Amino acid sequence: MRVFMFEKPLGMRDTLPDVYQIKRRLREAMMEEIETWGYSFIETPTLEYDETVGSASAILDQQLFKLLDREGHTLVLRPDMTAPIARLAASKLYEEGCPLRLAYAANVFRAQHREGGRPAEFEQVGVEYIGDGTTYADAEVISLMIFALQRAGLRHFTVTIGHIGYVDALFFDILRHEQRVETLRRFLYEKNYVGYREHVKSLPLSSIDRDRLLRLLTLRGGEEAVAEAKAFAMTEEEHRALDELKQLCEHVKQYGVADMVKLDMSLVSHMSYYTGVLFEVYAENVGFLLGNGGRYDELLAKFHRPSPATGFSVRLDRLMEALGEKQQQGKTTCIMFSQERFAEAYAKAKEMRQRGEKVVLQQVAGVRDMDQFTAAFDDVVYVLGKHGKDERSC
Amino acid sequence: MLTVAMPKGRIFSEALFLLKQAGYDIPDDLEHSRKLMIDVPNEQLRFILAKPMDVVTYVEHGVADVGIAGKDVLLEEERDVYEILDLRISPCYLAVAGLPNTRVHPVAPRVATKYPHIASTYFREQGEQVEIIKLNGSVELAPLIGLAERIVDIVSTGRTLKENGLVELERIVHVTSRFIVNPVSYRMQDRAIEQMVDRLTDAIERGEKQ
Repeated sequence: MRVFMFEKPLGMRDTLPDVYQIKRRLREAMMEEIETWGYSFIETPTLEYDETVGSASAILDQQLFKLLDREGHTLVLRPDMTAPIARLAASKLYEEGCPLRLAYAANVFRAQHREGGRPAEFEQVGVEYIGDGTTYADAEVISLMIFALQRAGLRHFTVTIGHIGYVDALFFDILRHEQRVETLRRFLYEKNYVGYREHVKSLPLSSIDRDRLLRLLTLRGGEEAVAEAKAFAMTEEEHRALDELKQLCEHVKQYGVADMVKLDMSLVSHMSYYTGVLFEVYAENVGFLLGNGGRYDELLAKFHRPSPATGFSVRLDRLMEALGEKQQQGKTTCIMFSQERFAEAYAKAKEMRQRGEKVVLQQVAGVRDMDQFTAAFDDVVYVLGKHGKDERSC
Repeated sequence: MLTVAMPKGRIFSEALFLLKQAGYDIPDDLEHSRKLMIDVPNEQLRFILAKPMDVVTYVEHGVADVGIAGKDVLLEEERDVYEILDLRISPCYLAVAGLPNTRVHPVAPRVATKYPHIASTYFREQGEQVEIIKLNGSVELAPLIGLAERIVDIVSTGRTLKENGLVELERIVHVTSRFIVNPVSYRMQDRAIEQMVDRLTDAIERGEKQ
């Protein structure tokens, strides 16, 4: 048994003081920005029913932590916050015609199969904007994410925007069959461009249609990608999706964040969840996705309240990694006292604490290795002995 | 600067040749160097030399922006990376092999392989239940010594099989080397990577025409 004394379940982590500090500061910075945009923060339960929230979530079934309650119902540890918020909005908050702006900072749980060290529980900060289907809603969510990341101190990052409605319309116009559309969509979802090209070449298509499918992979970059896509769009749905992207680009320009944003028409973040504009955010120094989001107009219908909705979520652990270690810790002072001068030491600590300074009040007899203990502080004040005077060392 | 993860061994010289065909000025001693990390400043490139199976790991974690990896490794590891280009080098295939007249053990059919994921997926698709035994090399030994009746391994010329008295039983999938890209680098370094893809595409097409 001894071996497991310090062990934790696979993918679970402790957060030690230094990391906690940084994490809190980042969370607060993002929350402050989100609050100034009028979003209200909420909490939902850690456990939800598998049948409702579990199956409505965008996360694959094999990544869910499941357990049984005492009545034998299957429960899940929430794998994301979007599905619980959709449940909540559908049941209580959302009144048709009144857009709802909600936000959260919460831990989510996803079982990991590969490389045990990867976190299975991590914190996400994000928003859900429910009840507004206009491109202004998409632009608000994307811009808010950018401003919140900047507020947290992030500088070098980029947001890639796509439109799944466009991809689906294009595929459906050419392939005419949901199954075939899904096969092709899966290549994009798996980022397998080689497989995509081979598959397209193997299909019995006219050279025009083949060209339309192959060109999709090259439709990337600035606004001109929309114009390029429009040039060979044939259906009304394609044009409608592209017009949305065009409007979105205009709004994003108004927000002044156009240079953080790029388009990629072939972006497919999920096999079935998103319904319109979708986006991913990447930062230097982290090899993995920092956050993502998009429009999920079909989710609320699963809770019998059909409504357009969009949102973003950012992983706090990856944001921390992206920012590196350059962040400054606040100064902490230690007041070391001996028993006869406790009242005096406490008065001093209280006064400093009221000024908002961080103070540790430590009885000298409680410390065995004085050098190691005091080394952790920026400043140490000694209030020792009957007649002694304060000594200060830095 | 782009960091390129290169696979040591079989694919290395062909990959290097292709990069040179694409006009990259890479010193000749790269191939014989014992260094694991080599900078080529005039091309703004850094090469890291890794085990072929590990190339995808370096690229997935983003410590290498791009890499060259066999399709066999991509299928086995299923990492979250962009598979951008078929470089059409080092062609070979994955196959099931065994001794001539192999009889599958009725109680405990065993398959030895370096590719446990691919092998188990393949046999599941066939509806056949087998026990997969993971080996790290010299897989051909397994049927000879009686560890497993069959193996799943890479076949390029078929010489190794032949010399060990084994025959190919079924082909699983054709394999060539691929140019892979980390998802973040694909966005953050899009210009440099696009340029590299264009140059490689040219080189591949020129190679095909000859």
